[in-house]
Amino acid sequence: MTLLGDFALWAAVLVGAWCAVISFSGRWRDRPDLAATVTRSTHALLVCMLAASLALWQGLISHDFNIEYVAAYTSRNLPPYFIVSAFWAGQKGSLLFWAVVLSLFGSLAQTLTPRRYSDLLPHVAGVTSAVVVFFVSVMLASANPFERLPFTPADGRGLNPQLQNVGMVIHPPMLYLGYISITVPFAFAVAALLSRRLDTGWIHAIRKWTLVSWLFLSIGITLGMWWAYVELGWGGYWAWDPVENASLLPWLTMTAFLHSVMIQEKRGMLKRWNLGLIIGTFLLSIFGTFITRSGVISSVHSFTQSNVGYFFLAFLVVAAIFGFTLLYTRWPLLEPEAQLDSVVSREAAFLFNNLLFVGIAFSVLWGTLFPILSELVKGHKITVGPPFFNRVNVPLGLLLLGLTGVGPLIAWRRASPENLKRQFLWPGVAGLLTLAGLLAAGMRDLYPLMAIALAGFVLGTVVQEFYRGMRARMRMHAESPPMALARLVARNRRRYGGYIVHLGLMIYFVAFAGMAFKQEQEATLKPGQSVVMRSPFGHTYKFTHLGISQYEALNRIVSAATVEVTKDGKPDGLITSEKRQHVDSFRRPTFEPSTEVGIRSGLQEDVYVVFAGAVNGTEEAVYRFNLNPLVWWVWYGGFVLVFGGLLTMWPGGGPVLRGPRGAQAGYRAALAGK
Amino acid sequence: MSGEGRPAPGGPLASRRRFLLTAGGGLAAAVGVTGVLRAQGEEPLAGQGATGTLRDPSVVGRPQDATHPLDNSEAIKRIEQRLHCTCGCNLDVFTCRTTDFSCTYSPELHREVVALYQDGKTAQQILDAFVAKYGEKVLMAPEPVGFNLWGYLLPGAVITLGAAILAVVIGRRERVRSVALAAAPGSEGGGGAPPVAATPEELERLRAALAEVDD
Repeated sequence: MTLLGDFALWAAVLVGAWCAVISFSGRWRDRPDLAATVTRSTHALLVCMLAASLALWQGLISHDFNIEYVAAYTSRNLPPYFIVSAFWAGQKGSLLFWAVVLSLFGSLAQTLTPRRYSDLLPHVAGVTSAVVVFFVSVMLASANPFERLPFTPADGRGLNPQLQNVGMVIHPPMLYLGYISITVPFAFAVAALLSRRLDTGWIHAIRKWTLVSWLFLSIGITLGMWWAYVELGWGGYWAWDPVENASLLPWLTMTAFLHSVMIQEKRGMLKRWNLGLIIGTFLLSIFGTFITRSGVISSVHSFTQSNVGYFFLAFLVVAAIFGFTLLYTRWPLLEPEAQLDSVVSREAAFLFNNLLFVGIAFSVLWGTLFPILSELVKGHKITVGPPFFNRVNVPLGLLLLGLTGVGPLIAWRRASPENLKRQFLWPGVAGLLTLAGLLAAGMRDLYPLMAIALAGFVLGTVVQEFYRGMRARMRMHAESPPMALARLVARNRRRYGGYIVHLGLMIYFVAFAGMAFKQEQEATLKPGQSVVMRSPFGHTYKFTHLGISQYEALNRIVSAATVEVTKDGKPDGLITSEKRQHVDSFRRPTFEPSTEVGIRSGLQEDVYVVFAGAVNGTEEAVYRFNLNPLVWWVWYGGFVLVFGGLLTMWPGGGPVLRGPRGAQAGYRAALAGK
Repeated sequence: MSGEGRPAPGGPLASRRRFLLTAGGGLAAAVGVTGVLRAQGEEPLAGQGATGTLRDPSVVGRPQDATHPLDNSEAIKRIEQRLHCTCGCNLDVFTCRTTDFSCTYSPELHREVVALYQDGKTAQQILDAFVAKYGEKVLMAPEPVGFNLWGYLLPGAVITLGAAILAVVIGRRERVRSVALAAAPGSEGGGGAPPVAATPEELERLRAALAEVDD
């Protein structure tokens, strides 16, 4: 099957290269048959990549340890679902995963795009195929997943214990899907620039793709936080690690685009900015791949260091020069159709929101690359870790949260003082009441205080928007409140889905603020001994060590330490944390013993128990106990955010494509005169 | 004679020997039982005594030391959160020693911090001592001095500058537009469109309709 895999990769290079060359040469313009062939070749590319993927999966499932990748990432006793996920666990397999998913998206883009944009499709096929060819070339040149060993080991090494987690089965594909799907909007942007069809058509063509990409990135980032929390054992979910930062960068710029594209759709403005954002987002997705795979910056998440980083760096430079040069050459064709009327307008608020999103992205990128820059300038290395990022980014994040509440309250084009007063009154009161409540409760920490107060303001904004829309429907259509709410959302999914996304973001910030009050304690306990902790919510927990049991499981020897928990004097069950020594099918140790934390999640706080190890080989155990406030709300915030995103992109109920904007001017004049 | 000098069986001598034998045997048995009991008390199997011995200690990772009171010190934790572990991971000393239990570097660095702390050094003096020994990279974030200031200030400066430029440009366009509109014949500053006559009820209905559909 490796022969089939190798053959499929070479065939993919040939098919993809042919498609890209014909596409960019423009020969298809006078030859409809060539144009049809170009678009059809994306399907052929998909077939090649599927064949290569099936060949690798066949090797994994059949335990063909003569394949270096199979021997490095699986063993005979690895549970089946981890054998499947081993496909993307390593450098080589994940490159193949990238290529096959991109070829699928390239093929889907050709199939699902409405016919009115068919003149863009050959260029789109060219771009997606060129990117697939790049990934396959990297595999063939430096990271071939079908590489064979000179001997066949009796068993493989198995999967890294930290990757043997359900989060790692789902999280990497989600993140990859996010990264990869960005290529499609980029391809449409390039197609629009090449074909000089720079009206808002291409924007409509990519709307769903940008949302899909943003959704997958959101899910991937949230699942990544969850994996770090349950698997890495440090009691947190975000450490400003370079690879974490790399996933955040395209999310930030894509979120900026999702806001600014509304201005282009409504007013025909920000065309250059939006194209720049799409090109930048694609480059950041490649940059993230470069960071993860090059080893240029150390990270707990990165793949083994290899020379594929050079390929990605070269591709990044070429793609940046190509994209921005193309944008520059079309600059005169991208004149805005209107000008901003006022600083106090929804458009201006979106502009400032974009400035903040891009500013935060710059700040994260700057912090991630600053060690390299510092080494170049000062000649010695420095470390840029969480204290740096928190100092620089927390104030910016709070500003962004504030704007999340402000944006929806300001009218399009120009807001009058009366309008502002009417819109800001209740959200402002909500924010101030939240602040007063927190101060009365004795909270004095500046950042958490501001985060939760601003969250109150955002919540006030969202509730007011829903309430007013609902009330308008009830009055105009004589509907009951639930019916009015349902129809309000169904008829304008984009707007109200967006508000639900804002709610999700607000929940995130409140949850992040909660972690400022986390409690930690380390204790060494003999069986029967206890330790007592008090949580920020005033609960008293008592942990009594019961003992350590050892037993064998499928691919590991487990040492399980158990504590009995009481909360405010009442029994609250048992929590077990484990040390796992993974072994191969010959019971030979494969990795260092790993730790599995014990977690009891609650709405107020998580009880997080880590078994650090035993003292002198006895049952005397060293534990770390954490009481982590509001962590559950991070996952809930992610759920709300994704639900809002899904609602926004659900078919039907989309934006009403209005005619000329002039009709609205009369309305504004009369209202302003009132 | 000899027979006369020997105590008769069952006499006082025999009684003493039996007594001594009995007492000695009893004592030996008592000592033996105690020893066995003590030995069992020292090494019962896991789950069968106060602190049992693990069946296979080699699979529980690196043996741990019992927790020292200073391991939970908030002051030490704050210092260690500002120090980078030198094991090659990307974590601070506190997180590494309480997360990566196979790391041998972070416990050693922790002991160094504790020793300096017990010597009466302040947090800054401890950090300075680490920088002197390991270089600037041992800090989780560089001190905001010299070139490092660029790292801290540039993002905020770029955003502030961007916001200022935006505000000035939009404000200027707004003023130019207002002047142009004011100069236009028949205009009331409403974008050049003729005013629409409408009753307050109509305007309220219009506002409600716009609120519903406007995204």
